[in-house]
Amino acid sequence: MGLIDAMLAGDRRALARTISIVEHGGTDAQLALGKLYRYTGQAHVVGVTGPPGAGKSTLVNELALELRRRSATVAIIAVDPTSPFTGGAILGDRIRMQPLGHDPHIFVRSMATRGQLGGVARATSDVVNVLDAASFSTIIIETVGAGQAEVEIARQAHTTVVVEVPGQGDDVQAIKAGILEIADIFVVNKADREEAGKTQRQLQTMLQLGHTHDPQWSPPILSTVATSGKGVPEVVDALARHRRWLSESGKLDTRERERVRRELFQLVEYLISEQIDQRVPAADQTALLDRIRAHRIDPYSAAKELIQRALDGTS
Amino acid sequence: MERKIRVLVAKPGLDGHDRGAKVIARTLRDAGMEVIYTGLQQTPQMIVDAALQEDVDVIGLSILSGAHMTLLPKITKLLRENGGNDVLVVAGGIISDADAAILQREHGVAKVYGPGASTNDIVDFIRSHITPERFAGAEL
Repeated sequence: MGLIDAMLAGDRRALARTISIVEHGGTDAQLALGKLYRYTGQAHVVGVTGPPGAGKSTLVNELALELRRRSATVAIIAVDPTSPFTGGAILGDRIRMQPLGHDPHIFVRSMATRGQLGGVARATSDVVNVLDAASFSTIIIETVGAGQAEVEIARQAHTTVVVEVPGQGDDVQAIKAGILEIADIFVVNKADREEAGKTQRQLQTMLQLGHTHDPQWSPPILSTVATSGKGVPEVVDALARHRRWLSESGKLDTRERERVRRELFQLVEYLISEQIDQRVPAADQTALLDRIRAHRIDPYSAAKELIQRALDGTS
Repeated sequence: MERKIRVLVAKPGLDGHDRGAKVIARTLRDAGMEVIYTGLQQTPQMIVDAALQEDVDVIGLSILSGAHMTLLPKITKLLRENGGNDVLVVAGGIISDADAAILQREHGVAKVYGPGASTNDIVDFIRSHITPERFAGAEL
């Protein structure tokens, strides 16, 4: 039996290996995704984002436990940053996910960003497809600790949870433009701290002032103490409510359409670059770069020239 | 593109001290590897589950408690029983030469490092002992 068939039949080792192949990219990854794509489209994809230290991993752990109590099967993709200098990474989110234990219906995978900005890795959406095909009913993506502009997660997830913590009033103001706009659900974690009420009120005010990413869905602001599990069932309720709203309102279809459209054009871009790289000799590429550096040609014209050269190469 | 080496660094058993494990994690990170760090008080089952889900090339086990002759063979056995034959297992900590020899000869631990081991040696050992083509040519 091939790897993909084994994975579809529930072999966890085959699943783990398929993820590695897909994460690595290249021809094998494309073949694997081609084989499993028709089994995707069932899972509820949930993104969890927020600043470093907000308690994302602990919350994700508790969400997974609560979802299991409601008979969901849960896969978690935990993303941590790759060092821009060495290419290495420390992936530490599993430390907070120990209570998930030896449950065959929970699968945790750590991913490094491998140079991608935006809070997730380039291959994250491909790995989501693998886990979706492996029949997990909920897939949770935990982003890197996010600041202002790590909004990519909202494009990949059906439901985006933004986790905030009390006592960072100025920070809440500061992130107003980016991350707050992508929330479908707000969670104020560490709600046993002083000033939790204040953070809630600030978020409420901000929502009244600013626009959220869908005028028809008003994001709930929930409180949790993830270390004790307090408030977690309410978050899971909200996840289910949001998902129901997505499908009943027809938004799920619109969003998925937009997502696959973007994905398609990203891939076109990627494959074209790859082809150009293969068809135009390295020396010619360098010569072109030199001309740009010497300001003898502008980058736009150079790009057109490169594409033309690749096309000429095929004839 | 070169394949990233993935390593699980874990502390089996009841040690309360993970400074060495953190130094190793950081060293491997600086050598360009992806290190999944799971921290203290791991059971053999937890370690093997994590290693297989993460599809790591290497498991690095740090153990100072003296329970290595019980815990390390359990981990390598469980790993083999669950299809992890191609995972390289390396250990470090307070382990006597005699015990190290037995672990390496009989229990599938590829290498045991003691106090004062050079971090460069560890990086080199991992690079030269993992299977580089581990999933190339896998039948899809």
